[in-house]
Amino acid sequence: MIATDIDPRSARQVEKATRRAETAAFNDSKKRLSSKGATIAAVIIAVIWTIPTFGLLVTSFRQPADITTSGWWTVFTNPNLTISNYVNTLNFNDTETVAQSFLNSIVIVIPATIIPIALALLAAYAFAWIEFRGKNLLFVLVFSLQVVPIQVALVPLLNLFSTGVTIGHWAVFPGLNLNGVDGSFARIWIAHTMFALPLAIFLLHNFIAALPVDIMEAAKIDGASHGQIFFRIVLPLARPAIASFAILQFLWVWNDLLVATIFSSGNNFPITKLLTDLSGTYGQQWYLLSAGTFLAIIPPLIVFFALQRYFVRGLLAGATKG
Amino acid sequence: MSSFFQWLATLPSLLQVVVILAVFAVVVALILFFIELAPRRGRGYTIMRLVVAIAVPAIIVLVLGVYNDAVWLVPLAAVLGAGLFLLDRRARGGEGSILQLTAFMLPAVLLLAIGLLYPTIKTIIDAFLSNDGSKFVGLANFAYVFSPSNQGVLALINQIVWVIITPILATAIGLLYAVFVDRSRGEKVLKVFVFMPVAISLVGASIIFKFFFDYQQGVQIGVLNQIVVLFGGAPVSWLQTPYVNTALLIIVLIWTQTGFAMVLLSAAIKGIPDEQVEASELDGANAFQRFRNVTIPGIRPTIIVVWVTIAIVSLKVYDVIAATTTGQNDSTVISYQMVRLFQNLPPQNGGSSAEAVILFILILPFLIYNANNIRKQRLGL
Repeated sequence: MIATDIDPRSARQVEKATRRAETAAFNDSKKRLSSKGATIAAVIIAVIWTIPTFGLLVTSFRQPADITTSGWWTVFTNPNLTISNYVNTLNFNDTETVAQSFLNSIVIVIPATIIPIALALLAAYAFAWIEFRGKNLLFVLVFSLQVVPIQVALVPLLNLFSTGVTIGHWAVFPGLNLNGVDGSFARIWIAHTMFALPLAIFLLHNFIAALPVDIMEAAKIDGASHGQIFFRIVLPLARPAIASFAILQFLWVWNDLLVATIFSSGNNFPITKLLTDLSGTYGQQWYLLSAGTFLAIIPPLIVFFALQRYFVRGLLAGATKG
Repeated sequence: MSSFFQWLATLPSLLQVVVILAVFAVVVALILFFIELAPRRGRGYTIMRLVVAIAVPAIIVLVLGVYNDAVWLVPLAAVLGAGLFLLDRRARGGEGSILQLTAFMLPAVLLLAIGLLYPTIKTIIDAFLSNDGSKFVGLANFAYVFSPSNQGVLALINQIVWVIITPILATAIGLLYAVFVDRSRGEKVLKVFVFMPVAISLVGASIIFKFFFDYQQGVQIGVLNQIVVLFGGAPVSWLQTPYVNTALLIIVLIWTQTGFAMVLLSAAIKGIPDEQVEASELDGANAFQRFRNVTIPGIRPTIIVVWVTIAIVSLKVYDVIAATTTGQNDSTVISYQMVRLFQNLPPQNGGSSAEAVILFILILPFLIYNANNIRKQRLGL
C-alpha cells in the first residue's frame, strides 16, 4: 500500500520500465562498440550456415518432378509449391510407415527422458549432501563413464539383454527374450537410461551441490529428514537444472541413431533409423528424403525455440565445469 | 521381467508409455517412502529395516528372473541384504543411515555398473577372444581388423583426421562468430542461425548436406556443383571421390558443432571484465591486438573445454557415415567399422570389440584429462 502511495505504477510496470532502461543502456554501450565490419562478417557466416537447411526446406515443398530437373533456387522465379510431399512421406511404407516411425520416436523419447532424470536426482542428492566414505572416488568414476564411448558398451549390453548372464553353467539372469519382438521398446528405454545417467548425475549434482548451505542447515535444525529435504527443498529448487538436462536428453534421444540401430527389436524403428535406411535405399527420391528430414527436425526445433534459455544453460553447465 | 516386457509389447505403443511410467512412478515412490522411514527410531522401524534389507535384494533377483538351477541366488541375495542390515546397525551416521544412502544411490549405481562398467570391461576382454568367446586368441582380432580387406588402417587414419580437424575448425569458426556477433547489432537473432544446427540430428544434417553435395547427370540440383558449373567447371560426384568425401563429411560435423562452440565462447567473452577491454582500447590496441592479447587469454579455459568436448563427439561419429557413404570409397572410420563388423553375418564379435577398444584408446587421453580436472576441483573444494 505504501509503495502505491509513492509510485502509482504497479510493481510489474516498474520492473518493466527498469528493464527497458537497462536494455537501452546496454544497447547504447553496444552501439559504441559495434562495428559495421563485424556485423557484415557475422551476417555472411549466418547466411552460409543457413543455405543448406534452407535449400532442403524449399525442396520439400516442390513438385517431385521439378526437384530433379531444376535447382531449388529456381523457385524464386518459378514458384510451384505443394505440401503433398509431406502427406506422401507420412504414408510411405518401407519397413514401416514414416508416420509410425515418428510415433515410435515419441514413444521412445518420453520414458527415456523421464526415467534417467528421476534416478539421477536421487544419486545426485546423495553425492551432494550426504557424507560417506569413498564419495569422491565414486564421483570421479561416474564422471569418467560419461566420456566412455557408448560403442564400447553396446555389444555386451545387447548380449546381456538377449542371452543373460551365466556364471559357470548357472544361468543367473536369463535375459529379456525380446529379440525380434515387434512393438517392444524396453531395450531402447533401458539402454538410453543407462547411457544418460553419468551426465545426468554430473549436471544435477553440480546444481544441487551449489544450493545454499544455510537452507539445508535450517531445514535440518527444524528436524527435516533427508527424504523431506529432497522432496520439499531440493526438487523445487532444482527445477531449472532438471529442465536443462531434460532438453539435452530429449534432443539426444530423439536425434540418436546408434542406440536405435543396435537395440530396436523387431521393426519398430525411430524416425532417425528409418531416414537412414531411406537415404540408402531411395537416395535420389528427394521429395521423400527432404520431407522426411523436416518431419524429424520439427520436434527438436520446437523444443529448441521454446526452451532455448534452459538449453543454453544446460550446455554451459555441462561444459564449463568439465 | 521378461514376461512383463513381452506383455507390454502387445499394448498399443502410446499406452506402453503410460504403463511403464506408472510402474516406474510406483517404484520411485516406494524408494522415497523407505528413505523417509529409514532413519526413524523405535523397534517397529528396526524390524521394518530388517525386513526391507532382506526382502528387497531377494525380490530384485526374482524380478530379474532366475532359472531353477540358480534359485540359490535368492537366499544368497537375502543374506547379503542381512549383512548390510548388520553393518547399518553400527553405522557412524546413526542406525538406518547406510540403508538410506543405499536407497538413494543403488538404482543409479546398479544401472551404471550393468550398463557401462560391465560392458566396457567385457568388451576389452572380448577383443582378445575368438568370435564365439570360447578361446583366447591374443592379438589376432587386431590383426584381422587391420588386415587390408577390413580397411582398418584407413579407418584409423580417417578417424584421427576427424578428431583433429573437426574441433579445430569448429572452435575457430565458433570463436570468430562469437567475436563478430559480440560487436554487431541483432546479436540474438544472428546467434540463432548458427546455433540451430545443434538441435538437428546428425542424420538430418547428413541428408541436408547430401543434397547440398548432390551430383547428377545434366542439370545440377546441388548447390556445390551448381557453383562449380557457374564457374565453368565440370560437376563432381563429391561423395564418391575418395578423401574428398571425408573432407566434406567433416564439414557436416563442423556445421553442427560450431553453434555449440559459439554459445560457450560467447558466454566466456561476455565474462571478460569491461575494464580490461577499455584499458586496451585506451592503450591504442587495434581490434586484432585486442582479440589476441585480451580476449584469447581471458577465455583460454573455455576454449580448451570446447575443444575437448568436440573432439570426443567426433570420435563417436557414426551417424554421418551411416546416413551418407556407408563407409564406401575410403570414407570409413573406426566407429563405423565397429558396428559393421558386429552386423556381419556371422557377427565378428572379436573384431568388433577390437574396434571398440581402439576407439577407447583414442579417447583415453581425454578421459584422463577430464577425470584429473574434476578430481582437482573436488579436492580443492
